[in-house]
Amino acid sequence: MELINHLALGFGVAFTPVNLMYAFVGCLLGTLIGVLPGIGPLATIAMLLPATYALPPTSALIMLAGIYYGAQYGGSTTAILVNLPGEASSVVTVIDGYQMARQGRAGPALAAAGIGSFFAGCVGTLVLAAFAVPLTEVAFLFGPSEYCALMLLGLVGAVVLASGDLLKAFGMILLGLLLGLVGTDVNSGVARFSFDIPELTDGIGFIVIAMGLFGYGEIISNLSHPASERQVFTANVHGLMPSRQDFRRMWPAILRGTGLGAVLGILPGGGAVMSAFAAYTIEKKTRLQPGEVPFGEGNIRGVAAPEAANNAASQTSFIPLLTLGIPPNAVMALMVGAMTIHNIQPGPQVMSSNPELFWGLVVSMWIGNAMLIVLNLPLIGIWIKLLSVPYRWLYPAIVLFCAIGVYSTNNNTWDIWMVGLFGVVGYAFIKLGMEPAPLLLGFILGPILEENLRRALLLSRGDWSVFVTRPLSAGLLLAALALLALVLLPTIRRTRELAFVED
Amino acid sequence: MKNTQDFYAGLLFALVGSAFAWGALDYQVGSSGRMGPGFVPLLLGVLLALLGGVVMLRAALFQADRGNAIGRWAWKPMVAIIAANLLFGVALGGLPSLRLPALGLMSGIYLLTFVACLAGERFKLKEAALLATALAALSYLAFVLLLKLQFPVWPVFLAGN
Repeated sequence: MELINHLALGFGVAFTPVNLMYAFVGCLLGTLIGVLPGIGPLATIAMLLPATYALPPTSALIMLAGIYYGAQYGGSTTAILVNLPGEASSVVTVIDGYQMARQGRAGPALAAAGIGSFFAGCVGTLVLAAFAVPLTEVAFLFGPSEYCALMLLGLVGAVVLASGDLLKAFGMILLGLLLGLVGTDVNSGVARFSFDIPELTDGIGFIVIAMGLFGYGEIISNLSHPASERQVFTANVHGLMPSRQDFRRMWPAILRGTGLGAVLGILPGGGAVMSAFAAYTIEKKTRLQPGEVPFGEGNIRGVAAPEAANNAASQTSFIPLLTLGIPPNAVMALMVGAMTIHNIQPGPQVMSSNPELFWGLVVSMWIGNAMLIVLNLPLIGIWIKLLSVPYRWLYPAIVLFCAIGVYSTNNNTWDIWMVGLFGVVGYAFIKLGMEPAPLLLGFILGPILEENLRRALLLSRGDWSVFVTRPLSAGLLLAALALLALVLLPTIRRTRELAFVED
Repeated sequence: MKNTQDFYAGLLFALVGSAFAWGALDYQVGSSGRMGPGFVPLLLGVLLALLGGVVMLRAALFQADRGNAIGRWAWKPMVAIIAANLLFGVALGGLPSLRLPALGLMSGIYLLTFVACLAGERFKLKEAALLATALAALSYLAFVLLLKLQFPVWPVFLAGN
């Protein structure tokens, strides 16, 4: 079978000592970042991107992917023990996880999160491996108008599924698209909006934007709130094993969460946060068994389902990136940047031109998930210690690593001035309640969207109807419209508002 | 009006959108069949400006009583963090216009850490010095020895080139 051959190739690549080491380093760093509240995977990937320049592309991507899904695991530890989501995707884990910890059941809660994540990660990886080949074949039917329609669907999805106010999120996307256009126009060679500054003719670096908005902006905002007392349930972690009854209740929840997460992860704009929330909502709708604790008071299903969902989604969100070259969320947009730095154009051709990279990455995700369960459950004591590091030691280190990372991308101080500027902008965004993630997605897609739009209309001699007369592109546009119509429905709108209140 | 957050967000969109649209007119716009470099920025700029207007109007007319106020601006952390970052850049690159030589990575780390620590609620000199030393040692190990990134590590006048 073809799939087996592919996976065998992947195992051959991923099981080399070097790549195993980078997968491990990625998972370790990801867990570290996930555990610490206040820095997300976006800032971390941006921060560590320069460190991967010297690596071969496969190792670099394996490590970056490890950081991403490692952060998902680590985030749940903080959620359960400190009542703070270490990552945005563990927002709902806080609800029941922390209650379990208060009742002295932190161990089973952590185990439920770990086992759920591991199972979901394995399934997500299999889904990725199985769907990659057929989807790539679809991608070869795509012309410029289909790519435009797909990107529009992705951008609409990003607005609809993953953010607060719809209008403001659209604004952030447009802002990102515009910022992406700064620099030399590939068709005419004209340097646009560069104000005769040589550095700007290459465009604004996406690392600069990501670090300014997600690194500095967040830090300034965190420092403006008085330090809150953190209560860490460290003494209560003994006996990791869930009881037999816990297992019986957990399994169906993990299965439901995995399925839901895998589907939502593929959708543009879906991703980890939304699927965790959706999984929790579904668990709450199911009937409680006799003797079961209600949700919100420490039900183990309230931990297992969302953790499974967010991990499944973080695996399957690689599908649109690797097969179509379209990042479905902001983290994947950074991965596009990482691939471009290593001279790999993301898209359907990756699988045929770099099969060892493609399958190596897929298999390394499975290995990474296995490593993570070892890292997270037996070594839980280390992560608990980490939680007691005060923020006042942490943030100067983050500022330093951001500055070093930014400087080393081009060995040019210009990038440092720019990241300072975007830090101020990022803080202003937070103060004005504007979400930066859609901006980053728009920024990455801006140049690709413009190029395909120009090409599509050049081929049709300026006739805009080309987007609706070609069946594939019409279908994608319809899907975008349907998505938009869906969120405007009153019931869904209410759930959405609920989902983002807690941020 | 209580919903100042949305109002100013809309204003920001409107201003940036108009600026991009206005700037795009400097480049050849072309037609949809043959787009010049100005076409897409003009289109997106106009869209953003219009959307900004809608957000502003919505905040002022329909959601005026929604209490999304901007709140107090955290000047101290902002200035300290950004200044720390800029000083780090000055340390690495020097300031040729002021004939300030590059001081290198090590001095940069101390400068950055001390200034960044000023952003916190209370500043302890000893703690900042310890933290800076730890970070300097770690960075030397990771970035200079292990990853071999090209940095000016020591001040130029000491390094002798």
